Amino acid sequence: MIITDQEIRQEILDSISQNRVMLFMKGTPEMPRCGFSMQTVACLKDAGAEFAAMDILPDPRIRQVLSEHSGWPTIPQLFIDGELVGGCDIVTEMYQSGELAQTLGLEEPAVEAEAPQPAGMESAPLTIENRL
Amino acid sequence: MADIAEIEQLIRGAIPGSEVSVQDLAGGDHLYAHVRAPQFAGLPLIEQHRLVNGAVDHLLGPGRPIHALKIKTEAPQ
Repeated sequence: MIITDQEIRQEILDSISQNRVMLFMKGTPEMPRCGFSMQTVACLKDAGAEFAAMDILPDPRIRQVLSEHSGWPTIPQLFIDGELVGGCDIVTEMYQSGELAQTLGLEEPAVEAEAPQPAGMESAPLTIENRL
Repeated sequence: MADIAEIEQLIRGAIPGSEVSVQDLAGGDHLYAHVRAPQFAGLPLIEQHRLVNGAVDHLLGPGRPIHALKIKTEAPQ
């Protein structure tokens, strides 16, 4: 099946507009294929973020089109509310400062207000089916 | 293999008045750039990093001298 550059672009733009927190990475959240992608996923998961992810590895054009769109040269790339937030360094810094959780409305509750976490309720990240 | 001194020079050139220190983290193509510049005050992180990335854009990416550039930016206190 031949996929045009335009279809790739549309798939990328749709994924950004349809998912509030959208991560483009190497590999999948379950099996990252690069340390930077792995670290970014770890920050998001630890902050309690629900996010969608797209693997850029299956077709080199995904990365090319994505970087043209975002003006950002490297992978991973995290988008929140349609805007590029940054790559691994920025996400890590925002995670450490608490800004990540704050941006996502996940501000850590005070310890005494913390709700017990029922076992097995951890929400799995949505992995977008990659048809590219 | 990237030329550390050249990269520091490129960043200083792109961000006048900045203090720049670049280190090799691994293998000569995984680098760390620490940049302190007054222009960063009040600027979103993404824009700070864009300024640094922009200086070395042509050296960054697959098949180019820099595979990965870890960036830490700050404004002088």
